[in-house]
Amino acid sequence: MPVEKYLGVPLHRPKVAFFEFTACEGCQLQILNNEATLLDFLSLLEVVTFREAMKERSDDYEIAFVEGSITRADEARRLKVIRSKAKILVAMGSCACFGGVNQLKNRFNNLAWVKEQVYGTFPIETEEARPLEDVVPVDLKIYGCPVKKEEVEKIVTNLVLGKSVNHPKYPVCMECMANDNICLYKLGEPCLGPVTRAGCDAWCPGSRRGCWGCRGPADAANVDQIISIMDEHKFSAETIIDRLECFGGFREFAEALKKKTATSKTKKKRAGK
Amino acid sequence: MIFRILNKPELRELFDVLAANRIIGPVQKGTSHDGKPLYVFEPVFDFNELKLDYTSTTRPAKRYFLPSHETLCTFSIHENGWEKSVDFNIHEPHVFFGMHACDINALDKLDKVLLESNFPTPYYAAKRKNMFIIGIECTPQPFCFCRSMGTDSAFHGFDMFLTDLGDRYFVEVQSVAAFNFLKNIKTREPEEKDHARYMELVAEKNRMFTTIVDTTDLAKILDMEFQSDVWKYWGDKCLSCGTCASVCPTCYCYGVEESVDIDLKGAKKKKHLYSCNLIDFAEVAGGHNFRPESHTRLKYRYYHKHRGFMEEFEESLCVGCGRCSEACLAKITVPEVIASVRSGVKPKRRSSRHGK
Repeated sequence: MPVEKYLGVPLHRPKVAFFEFTACEGCQLQILNNEATLLDFLSLLEVVTFREAMKERSDDYEIAFVEGSITRADEARRLKVIRSKAKILVAMGSCACFGGVNQLKNRFNNLAWVKEQVYGTFPIETEEARPLEDVVPVDLKIYGCPVKKEEVEKIVTNLVLGKSVNHPKYPVCMECMANDNICLYKLGEPCLGPVTRAGCDAWCPGSRRGCWGCRGPADAANVDQIISIMDEHKFSAETIIDRLECFGGFREFAEALKKKTATSKTKKKRAGK
Repeated sequence: MIFRILNKPELRELFDVLAANRIIGPVQKGTSHDGKPLYVFEPVFDFNELKLDYTSTTRPAKRYFLPSHETLCTFSIHENGWEKSVDFNIHEPHVFFGMHACDINALDKLDKVLLESNFPTPYYAAKRKNMFIIGIECTPQPFCFCRSMGTDSAFHGFDMFLTDLGDRYFVEVQSVAAFNFLKNIKTREPEEKDHARYMELVAEKNRMFTTIVDTTDLAKILDMEFQSDVWKYWGDKCLSCGTCASVCPTCYCYGVEESVDIDLKGAKKKKHLYSCNLIDFAEVAGGHNFRPESHTRLKYRYYHKHRGFMEEFEESLCVGCGRCSEACLAKITVPEVIASVRSGVKPKRRSSRHGK
């Protein structure tokens, strides 16, 4: 039974729709993958479209949760239609927020070559992977690859109750320390936790995997400093660039570092001659 | 103070006597990439797990009395109203088996703010009043500067304190509880040779301190150097990640957050420890941030530790355990920051703490 009142005040159950573009649909799966609270979650909302979970569809919705990046002209057109129908458009997951893993292909200057390598002669359209906000205005971002279901539930509860939605502004280290993890740098592993936005409860470092920055930079991220720290810890430029460019959130820093490394390599070459 | 001598095998007996309660002690959790053991305070169920000769734990014991996240109260919400229930989250007494003097001093400093101030916090008091502390003498490490902060020995705030004399422990008995527990095991009066050995060891320990921080007039100097360029130098390095506060045994600043359960039938008020180095620490309603730059936040941490607390309590809030310096990836260390503020000179090269 959906809750109808909260503290005596009638509740409005917003009509929501879930959409996906170029993505693995893992973020939507995360939402479904929480049996303990799924019924409570669904009783807060009126889901009208959710391809991964139901057959019914409707174009009458207030909130659109959109997963994935935009990699084709028809996707951009479809997203614009969604934007025109939704009061609130939520970019859900790293692909929607930053381009995600998909945007890795953007680093190749020659996209025609990439297409040929992946699809051969199969006729398919593909352009640079873009985050949603490159195409339409986005009202709210939910970070992560995949999104953390507890965080989505908290955000949705706050949306329904009319409370403000606040993302942590600090980096993952705070949550990692709160969980009493040993710093991965002490164990000799690279980690972007000191510059990546928290909210994931230090999901990866807690499993002894260094952070890859899927949630993008924290508010005061000192990325140049973490690059020189990783360098001091003897991690190669390649390792650092791999981390920074993986999800797209730190793309500009990855690009800058690539340029710098390229120039220093040329200098070394010249000096060698 | 009562002094006793305890033969080493008897310590296991004491452990067993106390084991009816939850015992927290130093254990080795892993090894760092450069081969150093990493110690932490954890519940100990077997005396053999205890590493009483530990160097320093990577984290303080803070989480047992000032946890990073704590539910202050819960609400149950029904049709037309709500009920509040408060729990101080004390479920059992804790025995701390092997705490160094710096960490005991840290507790004493926290007491001043959280117990003895005008607004004592019952969540802390409930835990603090329910602990039994066995202190143990330590070996100064390169990063330790407790001697400079006057916290290299503890005078109160513990129940008993052990010093390893080789085949026996020199025991300071501070509380009635400790005296009563010791009745269960074999101890003896110290003799002249025990005193002599104890004093020898103390002198030896004093010679081992390698890091000295000049704290003379520090509070005044900090006031004079408020605009110093060196703050900017350290601020540019700072990652604003809050790790220094997380590993600090005396950092107690916090934020409070209220959340409604997803079934809308309950709500929680949660406290979480915060750090003055985090970007939004001084952000207020309306969005204004009093300390938007990293160097102003970093400076604030030093001012709270070495100036503000000094003014209020005639002592520094820093115990010189060196954990923040060890944990800081940007290698911002308290001795170096204070030296640079005193001299106005930025360090020329990075610290060689890791022997590079």
